[in-house]
Amino acid sequence: MRYSALSLLSNALSGNRDWAPAWRKAEPKSTDYDIVIVGGGGHGLATAFYLAEVHGLANVAVVEKGYLGSGNVGRNTTIVRSNYLLPPNTAFYEHSMKLWEGLSQELNFNCMVSQRGVLNVIHSDAQRNAYVRRGNAMRLTGVDAELLDREQMRKLIPFADFDNARFPIRGGLLQRRGGTVRHDAVAWGYARAADARGVDIIEHCEVTGIKVENGAVRGVETTRGFIGARKVGLAVAGNSSRVAALAGLRLPIESHVLQAFVTEGLKPLIDHVVTFGAGHFYVSQSDKGGLVFGGDLDGYNSYAQRGNLPVAEDVIEGGLALFPNLARLRVLRNWGGVVDMSMDGSPIIDKTDIRGLYFNGGWCYGGFKATPASGHSFAHLIARDEPPDLIRAFKLDRFKAGAMIDEKGMGAQPNLH
Amino acid sequence: MPNRIFTERETMRIKCPYCGERDAQEFAYLGAADLARPDPEAEDASEAFYEYAYLRDNPAGILAELWYHVAGCHAWLRVERDTRSHVIHSVAYASAPSEAGD
Repeated sequence: MRYSALSLLSNALSGNRDWAPAWRKAEPKSTDYDIVIVGGGGHGLATAFYLAEVHGLANVAVVEKGYLGSGNVGRNTTIVRSNYLLPPNTAFYEHSMKLWEGLSQELNFNCMVSQRGVLNVIHSDAQRNAYVRRGNAMRLTGVDAELLDREQMRKLIPFADFDNARFPIRGGLLQRRGGTVRHDAVAWGYARAADARGVDIIEHCEVTGIKVENGAVRGVETTRGFIGARKVGLAVAGNSSRVAALAGLRLPIESHVLQAFVTEGLKPLIDHVVTFGAGHFYVSQSDKGGLVFGGDLDGYNSYAQRGNLPVAEDVIEGGLALFPNLARLRVLRNWGGVVDMSMDGSPIIDKTDIRGLYFNGGWCYGGFKATPASGHSFAHLIARDEPPDLIRAFKLDRFKAGAMIDEKGMGAQPNLH
Repeated sequence: MPNRIFTERETMRIKCPYCGERDAQEFAYLGAADLARPDPEAEDASEAFYEYAYLRDNPAGILAELWYHVAGCHAWLRVERDTRSHVIHSVAYASAPSEAGD
């Protein structure tokens, strides 16, 4: 069923009894699929959608160990932006930004794309120099960026602590096209659109083995039996090491926990996504009124989907240094997502040494905002067995070749960005 | 994970053999403990150093890792911790990986 004002009205008149489920509860087929995507999160579902939509491949299954959208696509802070420094990242995330801008129309699903602007706060002269450089790099790649002075910042965030003794606000870098997207709607929208094009979405189906014969992939063993496939794509960031190990691969990745928090609801206060420049804190206000914020990784390997209090304290301290007026807010909930931290802070989308087995992971902090471009590029790689130019830098063997995409310039360290 | 109260064992207090049980905030984390630095003179040194620097087992389960008691006694500790639950199974002074032997 196509969603429209007319369908809304006619279903309202019939008492909302006739809405069809947004996607089928598919069972695994006994015959081979052309392609099985492991992981029913944002990236896996987007990949399946673009395989069907762009490449005309619909004999595709997405297998998900839990329910759809139960992983990181529902555990992030919903921020989308393309304010990177290095060309491979800037071009890739800008492609993603452009796909976000048309996503609700493309999927016929309201993803609540809100281009409210991403505002990086500047606290020192050195930081202004760094942000001038970043802004120029963005504009050279065709991304919008504006350098703001102190007075312009006062108009945007008048309640911030401009004269903080340690971290006075000197200016900001604004990407107006950045913002937030309703994260669950992204999973549901891609799932519905992929399902409508014939993709089987198989939930509660955990992959327990990857069958490889003569160096080529043959399918996956799952908790719901063997599923045959000519090609298998892994999109299981957070658990990449575990799943890749089923095929004997050892990855340049550690799994870490990243926490996020939401406060009680309040009237409209923060109009943008704001990031603190002197510590790791970023915040936006959800449509329900809660402030959604996050910060650094906890810093130790974890698959636990929850963090500990020291980092919560650190994040909230950073927030209060920027916005002292948040001090009386209550935090309603906090949660953790398990992220793949790659060794240079940039993602990996590549073939593997096993024929027909493709890998997508290492998303670090950047997984959600990358969702459309990741799916779009991964679908191209799987369908044509050849990476699009956009992701040629995101190779699995770049660490061996010395071709790291070291956005922070810090070397091998799995807790960047 | 459903909302619940976490047990004391899951809140990651590390029992330093010298200082006693302390908050994890006092410690700095390095990562996997059993990475042996390869021999730079070996034939396959380039490959071995690539694996040493970049590749990780990253287990969902017990991981032996190095913590430094930066706000305490400055000892390097070898901690066995379950990455699925954060429960710490053992803490001991770290030694060179070849001496640790396991």
